[in-house]
Amino acid sequence: MKKGIIISGFGGQGVMLAGNILCRAGMKEDKFVTFFPSYGAEMRGGTANCQVIISDTHIGAPVVQYPDILLSFNKPSYVKFSPRVKKEGRILVNSSLYKPEENPGPELIGIPANDIARECGSPIVLNMVMIGAFAAGTKILGIGSVKDSVPEVLTEKKKNLWDINIRAVEAGYNYLGK
Amino acid sequence: MKKLWKGNHALVEGALAGGLDAYFGYPITPQNEVPEYMSLRMKQEKRVFLQAESELASINMVFGAALTGKRAMTTSSSPGISLMQEGISYLVGCELPAVIVNVQRGGPGLGNIAGAQGDYFQSVKGGGHGDYRLITLTPFSVQEMYEMTRDSFDLAFKYRNPVLILADGVIGQMLEPADLPEKVPPRKEFPYSMDWILDGAAGRDSRFIRSLVMDEGGLEQHNYRLWDKFAKMEKEISWEEHGTEDADVILVGYGTSARINLDVYNSARKNGLKAGYFRLRTAFPFPSKRLSELSSRSGFLVTEMSMGQMVEDVRLAVSGRSDVEFYGRPAGGLPEEEKIYGILERMLK
Repeated sequence: MKKGIIISGFGGQGVMLAGNILCRAGMKEDKFVTFFPSYGAEMRGGTANCQVIISDTHIGAPVVQYPDILLSFNKPSYVKFSPRVKKEGRILVNSSLYKPEENPGPELIGIPANDIARECGSPIVLNMVMIGAFAAGTKILGIGSVKDSVPEVLTEKKKNLWDINIRAVEAGYNYLGK
Repeated sequence: MKKLWKGNHALVEGALAGGLDAYFGYPITPQNEVPEYMSLRMKQEKRVFLQAESELASINMVFGAALTGKRAMTTSSSPGISLMQEGISYLVGCELPAVIVNVQRGGPGLGNIAGAQGDYFQSVKGGGHGDYRLITLTPFSVQEMYEMTRDSFDLAFKYRNPVLILADGVIGQMLEPADLPEKVPPRKEFPYSMDWILDGAAGRDSRFIRSLVMDEGGLEQHNYRLWDKFAKMEKEISWEEHGTEDADVILVGYGTSARINLDVYNSARKNGLKAGYFRLRTAFPFPSKRLSELSSRSGFLVTEMSMGQMVEDVRLAVSGRSDVEFYGRPAGGLPEEEKIYGILERMLK
């Protein structure tokens, strides 16, 4: 098993944090993992993406040219990366912001992440909703290891935010899991 | 215990573990996390961090700190390293220890900010003026960003010569699990004579450190002495090889290109192809002898994130005894696994 994942959205949507959590979750499951961010002129409101690889074997280049999975948080991300997704791959799209038309090719799964996040208490946890949905929709990682990785990334300093973030992961998981 | 680390951050921890006293640097992508994180960590560890006004200032501040026997370092990326070449030449001429890190990006000129390997020639053939060499280490993982930086200070003081760490933007920017100590390990004192440093001449004769040698024949003698030292660096040669005992074709790379080669090698072996894997851990000194030995039975496929620089050293080592083919992509392009595999298959036919 070797899966290339691209997570993409506006700067500020928590793209990097989401990728970081997936890597840590992969580590908990004894996988090889790499994380590679877009870097340089990234800023809030601009676009940002990160590339995550989760594998049973050594990972060469950490760069994902043709992803197995795309987590698209907004329309520009979908437009840019969806053509690169492998035919047998899967696209998880934040349908609160953009609903692409179905087309032959990779399976398209819509998750109203902003709406689900708002129900959890804050629209900013949409990234957590998306990675919860990722666990349910791809089975690459277990929901347990994803949830356990949230406090690691938020650290003790943001302990007051652990709960809402974990709830958002669960909500995303349940949306697809149920 | 393994934790998720960014290459540029692991490099900083490596420098602290190597006993870095003073860091001087100027920002440039893709190594900006080095000065950013360094500014935090050096303060925590009560050491010197200074953001200079330019790369010229950085390298000359390193020069000044090195004169006093301190462990000094700077980091930059390709265009910034070009600006430092004069200072590096002076450091070698004055026999001063220092660590310089190049997290390479695409060139020539200002180029772009993608990881690349276009600075091999500059690193190992003497990017500045004069007849000199730098010990050049080539990390290929986040773990090695830590270890090589940690160990580079010992090498710099052992030979009283700058050490260059030739990384690239991919290794610098990526995160992967690495096993780093929880705390900065205690400072290791080096067993090398420090009777050359400038620390005030109270109670002793004054010392001079300079690279200007005007007396008749003096500079020639100075160069012979430097070259004795460069020859002794042979001891530090380091590489990694797999499957070379029965390989018909050996993949050769360093840094990110070697990471890609490793995957190609693994799948080739799984499919029963007689492939080998060889990666440099030091680009100078270069493992010529070993490659020469291997050339009696194996051909070579060299991959680089450039249009071909290290491949020239492989060809020199092999001296026409076997085939050396090359595949590379410049300016941020990554060699593609499928393509390497295809060339390998063709060579093995």
